[in-house]
Amino acid sequence: MFSFIRSGVALLILAAALPAHAALKVLATTADWGALATEIGGDQVNVYVATSALQDVHRVDAKPSLVARARTADLVFATGAELEIGWLPVLIQESGNSRIQPGSPGYFEATSVLTLLEKPEHFDRALGDIHPQGNPHVQLDPHNIARVAKALTERLSQLDGAHAQYFQQREKDFDTRWQAAIQRWEGEAAPLKGKPVVVMHRDQTYLCQWLGLNQVAAIEPKPGMPPTAGYLGQLVTKLTASPPRVIMVNAYNDPKAANWLSDRVHAPTVVLPFSVGGSKEAKDLFGLFDDTLNKLLAAK
Amino acid sequence: MMSCKALAALLALAGMTTPLLGHAADDVASLRAELQALKDDYHKRVDALEQRISTLENAPVGGLAEATPAPEPAPAMASAGGGGGGTGTAFNPAISLILTGNYAHIDQDPATWRIGGFLPPEGEVGPGERSFNLGESELTLSSNVDPYFSAQMTAALSAQNEVEVEEAFFRTLALPEGFTAKGGRFFSGFGYLNEVHSHAWDFADQPLVYQAFFGNQFKQDGVQVKWLAPTDLFIELGAETGNGSGFPATRLSKNGLNGATLFAHVGGDYGDATSWRAGAAYLDQRAEDRSFETVDEFDLPLTNAFTGKSRTWVVDGVLKWTPVGDPNRRQLKLQGEYMQRRESGLLTFDTAGSNLTDDYSSTQSGWYVQGVYQFLPRWRAGLRYDSLDSGTPHIGLVESGELPLSAFPLLLPANPDRISIMLDWNPSEFSRLRAQFDWDDARDSGDRDQAFRLQYIYGIGAHGAHKF
Repeated sequence: MFSFIRSGVALLILAAALPAHAALKVLATTADWGALATEIGGDQVNVYVATSALQDVHRVDAKPSLVARARTADLVFATGAELEIGWLPVLIQESGNSRIQPGSPGYFEATSVLTLLEKPEHFDRALGDIHPQGNPHVQLDPHNIARVAKALTERLSQLDGAHAQYFQQREKDFDTRWQAAIQRWEGEAAPLKGKPVVVMHRDQTYLCQWLGLNQVAAIEPKPGMPPTAGYLGQLVTKLTASPPRVIMVNAYNDPKAANWLSDRVHAPTVVLPFSVGGSKEAKDLFGLFDDTLNKLLAAK
Repeated sequence: MMSCKALAALLALAGMTTPLLGHAADDVASLRAELQALKDDYHKRVDALEQRISTLENAPVGGLAEATPAPEPAPAMASAGGGGGGTGTAFNPAISLILTGNYAHIDQDPATWRIGGFLPPEGEVGPGERSFNLGESELTLSSNVDPYFSAQMTAALSAQNEVEVEEAFFRTLALPEGFTAKGGRFFSGFGYLNEVHSHAWDFADQPLVYQAFFGNQFKQDGVQVKWLAPTDLFIELGAETGNGSGFPATRLSKNGLNGATLFAHVGGDYGDATSWRAGAAYLDQRAEDRSFETVDEFDLPLTNAFTGKSRTWVVDGVLKWTPVGDPNRRQLKLQGEYMQRRESGLLTFDTAGSNLTDDYSSTQSGWYVQGVYQFLPRWRAGLRYDSLDSGTPHIGLVESGELPLSAFPLLLPANPDRISIMLDWNPSEFSRLRAQFDWDDARDSGDRDQAFRLQYIYGIGAHGAHKF
């Protein structure tokens, strides 16, 4: 009887003590940032991922469930550079949460610590859906992940000073494993260097840049514009003469146009995970790059 | 006396500034030194940046050269902490302009369009005019004011060369505990479609129930407070009050507020593919000499007026089903709203002539349901059904025998309804072309009207963000 009461009291004390150690609530806009927040934050963060690898992060709905998550978030971890501009501002505005307003410590954009590629010289929507601050699809260069990890660690430490050391320790550990992995990936990918590839949209630019792939054509004539029959015809003419090694498609893309092209120019289509969760193997950030490279190397 | 005070103040000021000036003179040297240090610092940074640029320019394009990590961006950039700047240049507000227009083919004369059984609302209701029509051009400017407030204005420029302030409001950014307050002129937050700007509607016009009950959309000059619950389930509660300047209310000839609006929304996800939101609202308002143009039994134009209470219930629901995750490939959006209004007070017949007044009460309702299916990238098709029930109003002037019922041809009981279909093509996020066809049985004459419209909507400027 006494032990019953004692354990009850212990439970009560535990319950009362819990809020003091409540993990930071992180609302990550993509599965990649969610995975990175988990790598650094460990059990001191509670991560909710707003989108899946099967979605185009530029075009998702500002769902009520996401507004509700923004309400309780301590940190919004976004890509920035206008990638989430169609919905994230609505979440933040509707959240009634002053901690995550842009400019607050609770709002962090990965691109704020990166140098972006393809920063347009002319801002004209006749060029397609371009982003004035540069190409925001930064996650497929692992060096970018390492840089964002460092900045995120600082931000988490700022928000939860009591666990600053814990975050820094985890970042150090992650960085050691990550740098080793980068070395391995770069070694494995050496045969791909300079190989001609066709991409879907300009969201594989960072991957191509990192691996030295030669991006010879894109299936989208302009960013965000689906291909027309005439444009695809031109691609066939252009690519039949010198077929690419692969046609790269992201998990969230409709592969129809790529498959059509693949049949005509005799180059294989490879569906890449693009984001954590984009394939069975891409369970975390390491898996994302392992699987991406495996699929690129295996394509014949 | 005043001048004495002013003189004293001046003297005091002079007394204060003299030592300040002396102090400043002492500090000039140290300020110069600081300025020099700043200049040196900037020179160093600019040199470093130039160095980086030339390194990048000389680097082989797209090689494995990245193995040595690129230098970190300047700390000034890194500490920017987001915000991103958007499309607004420096401190300029984000600007967006929406252009709309249509070509309409309408069987019956649009000038005679009136919803049967309902007091005519204010606002631009009905099928619009025939042939080519410029729609409203909406100019929106928005920006954060400071860390505590943001502000937004939408001006609507009409085809008749009039400018209307459609919305102009401030909103809080830093209230605690999930509260947000808004003040100024804004679309009320009740229901689903009331807050949606016309360029984001899924059909070329509002459902009949919104046209009859609110003259398209309800707005007034006032304040709104919203609270969002700290739960994973989306629960939002809101309250509004204001001057009553929007139909069915009117401004009152006294100080204070006109009525209140209360609303609640609940929402969430069902599995990975389905999201939903449902809501309920209650509007308690007053109208004072709310006049409307109508005709009498001899079809002669005259003006009647209503004074009294107007109370409206609204229930709304929306569901989106996105089977492949990407709403641009395939998405089904279903929505519906039901409204019921009770009005009671006094009805005045022919305010400019016989000016007879007696009591009046009515209970009216209406609803719509619509579905829009994105079946291919860029292409959407939609179907909408509208229905209204006018009920049988109690008209004191008729029941007392003073006037025949035929003196109020618009108040004869009716059940207006309408079916609309639409197809739209969206070449990009910024353009939309739409075709819509209506079978309209809403007219008080009882004759069916058929309308065909081709509509364009173009958006330029800042990239918009839309609510669910």
